[in-house]
Amino acid sequence: MDLPLLWFLIIAFFWMGYLVLEGFDFGVGMLMRPLSKGDTDRRLIINTIGPVWDGNEVWLIVAGAATFAAFPEWYATMFSGFYLPLLAILAALIIRGVAFEYRGKINDDAWRARWDWAITIGSWVPAVLWGVAFANFVRGVRLDADHQMVSGFFELLSPFALLGGATTALLFALHGAIFISLKTDGEMRERAGRTAAVLAVPTLVVAGAFAVWAQVAHSAHTWTWVPVGVAAVALVAVVFATRARREGWAFTLSALTIAAVVVFIFGSLYPNVLPAINDPANSLTISNASSTDYTLTIMTWVAACLTPLILAYQGWTYWVFRKRLTAGAIPAHIGLPRRDPAKDPASS
Amino acid sequence: MATPVEALDVARWQFGIVTVYHFIFVPLTIGLAPLVAIMQTIWTFTGKENWYRLTKFFGKLLLINFAIGVVTGIVQEFQFGMNWSEYSRFVGDVFGAPLAIEGLAAFFVESTFLGLWIFGWDRLPKKVHLACIWAVAIATNASAFFILAANSWMQHPVGAIFNEETGRAEMVDFGAVLTNNTLVAAYSHTVATSLLVAGTFVAGVAGWLLVRAARNSEKDLARTVYRPAALLGLATIVIAGAGVVVSGDYQGKLMYEQQPMKMSSAEALCEGENGADFSLLTIGDLSNSCEGVQHILTIPGVTSYLGTGDFDGYLPGVEDLQEQYAEQYGEGVDYRPNLALTYWSFRLMIGFAAGSAALALVGLWLLRRGRITDSKWFGRLCLVAIPMPFIAASFGWIFTETGRQPWVVAPNPTGVDLVWMLTADGLSTTVPVGEVLASLITFTVLYTVLAVVWFTLMRRYAANGVAPAAGATAATGSSDDPGAGDGPGDPGGTESQPLSFAY
Repeated sequence: MDLPLLWFLIIAFFWMGYLVLEGFDFGVGMLMRPLSKGDTDRRLIINTIGPVWDGNEVWLIVAGAATFAAFPEWYATMFSGFYLPLLAILAALIIRGVAFEYRGKINDDAWRARWDWAITIGSWVPAVLWGVAFANFVRGVRLDADHQMVSGFFELLSPFALLGGATTALLFALHGAIFISLKTDGEMRERAGRTAAVLAVPTLVVAGAFAVWAQVAHSAHTWTWVPVGVAAVALVAVVFATRARREGWAFTLSALTIAAVVVFIFGSLYPNVLPAINDPANSLTISNASSTDYTLTIMTWVAACLTPLILAYQGWTYWVFRKRLTAGAIPAHIGLPRRDPAKDPASS
Repeated sequence: MATPVEALDVARWQFGIVTVYHFIFVPLTIGLAPLVAIMQTIWTFTGKENWYRLTKFFGKLLLINFAIGVVTGIVQEFQFGMNWSEYSRFVGDVFGAPLAIEGLAAFFVESTFLGLWIFGWDRLPKKVHLACIWAVAIATNASAFFILAANSWMQHPVGAIFNEETGRAEMVDFGAVLTNNTLVAAYSHTVATSLLVAGTFVAGVAGWLLVRAARNSEKDLARTVYRPAALLGLATIVIAGAGVVVSGDYQGKLMYEQQPMKMSSAEALCEGENGADFSLLTIGDLSNSCEGVQHILTIPGVTSYLGTGDFDGYLPGVEDLQEQYAEQYGEGVDYRPNLALTYWSFRLMIGFAAGSAALALVGLWLLRRGRITDSKWFGRLCLVAIPMPFIAASFGWIFTETGRQPWVVAPNPTGVDLVWMLTADGLSTTVPVGEVLASLITFTVLYTVLAVVWFTLMRRYAANGVAPAAGATAATGSSDDPGAGDGPGDPGGTESQPLSFAY
């Protein structure tokens, strides 16, 4: 196998890791408010991803940096072309990340409420926009002969792309609901399980419509029906698993669904990395966007040595924090009071 | 100005703001992570509870700081492609690799093991938990290495050739990129600076709390908890400070070989001369003009010494270099960076770093041989000293990045032909200026709000001091219970007892 193709697959793998892992993080953030009856519930939900969300997000950074290293043309065109969606995603990830860390630092309802909005918005925005972005990759964009993207911002919001956004938002919400039901016990487990069962059917309808549309209208290959089929079967099974409250199975299957969608996306792109809809000759391809074999060889060695280690220690983290959480496991607030006692004349 | 908003200016301001902002938090993380690891190591092996309380206390501050460094770091990874796509196309084959390796080798370790450390106090064996903070400390320093490998290549490209067919720089020797002497200098200078920042932070916070405790007749707390922490911080300042001076000296000499224009601008040295003086103050209009520049308060020969190691050494002037560059790289470009900015940022870098030195001198004297102090003005000195190395580090980066202008990839004077790029040529060509402006405004507003939050939390948590000793807190069910042992939980795999830490 030639090196650019190998790196196309490695980057697809990084995206798969990112969307499967942060997919449920996003879902957890999206559902935090609707699934909660009070602050303890919210903390319970946040703490299901507490030790792992940051590590999950690194898959995105690595997917981006690997694209820079292995396909500079792809990185440059994609990131400058999708400027505003990426800006919104960055802003969302910023407020979401600090919200997890800072939410409990001051023991005050108004303080927490503000960060809860940051978590909500910071989870919904990327959940929708990643779908919009990937749908546009599959559909293709307008590229000039220098591989510069000349699609305007509103061209990125086609009905197909918006359906892509709805698909990822629903998939992540479902994945997150299942994750909460898998990681909690008691009332929350029940509530999240019910929500997952409710979400599964519309997710199947929307994701199914998107996948068939994408396959029929935009995929260059017949074989990509296979990941479409796998995703569909897995998602149908999710519907049954969530009704039967088989949380482990439901989670495995929703992860498989997202993984199959990623296989479909990159499969339908191949041999392009960013197809040009205006003139196929302008498409960015695996071969015309890649770095030199020398750079790719070094990167291959690095990735081959480190990726198994990463999977091992991230897997270990999930093992360490494998137990289900209950409301009783959430300790009292340890944040400082809202008012600074040093500035408050009433206190000593 | 002909046009109200130039895309290049907006993009440069955007890059400057998000990068300088990011680097306010980064050196504290790089330096404080190993210091917290040292504190926890002492506690793990001696069982002394004061070190446990210090680990928890400075650990909290580390986490508040870490969060903001992480989220602002994501922007760094993306903005090359967003705002500087032509730069990315030109350098990606070389520059992308260290970035990707940084993610694979450092960011994954850092974020995963930090999660284990935060939530693992009662779920991991003590020594495994200790290993987690060391993994974080090592990974933050590894991350600095790889990102500086990328940056050093922009300052002094090595291990690459220009490929005419693809029109880009291509890597031919990764070993050369990783052993670039510019990298050796920048990495040692940055790590030493980070330790100086963190040492000053620990000494400043602990020193201020020590004075407060001593004045509140908690002499025991001052002596057994804050004094050891202050000494750890002060010792770090001394060692790191020496490292900053030595590495900075090396870096300065290297810079005169590799980027003479930057160093001559830093000295506002207009004409070449032997035995150039170091000026403490310069008057006259420095804004890209050599006319009327007048050095006052000078130290004879020191600039020549800094650049060449010889008080009589010859240094080229900005005007000489401009002529030389015009001949070498093409007419019609102003190859001089902003003189006022480079000149003053260089001096402010050195000047502010002296704040740490003052704290170390006074602190080591006042705390000598088991002493503590209740001196109010020492408490004030602690507070004043804390921000100083942060500011110095920021000016250091402002100096080295703006001093490289107008280049984004500065030419290597001794080789690699055509591997260079003007900043103006690196800009994205298809992004409308309005979008760049939107991102500039978004990040500036967002970062300003976060800066207020960060400062408030750091101040509140620092002023709060260490948690009371374990015996005293048992009644309140505090989480700060040393070595709580194996986590509670039933065999069915459910956490039903309160966790030692939760968000």
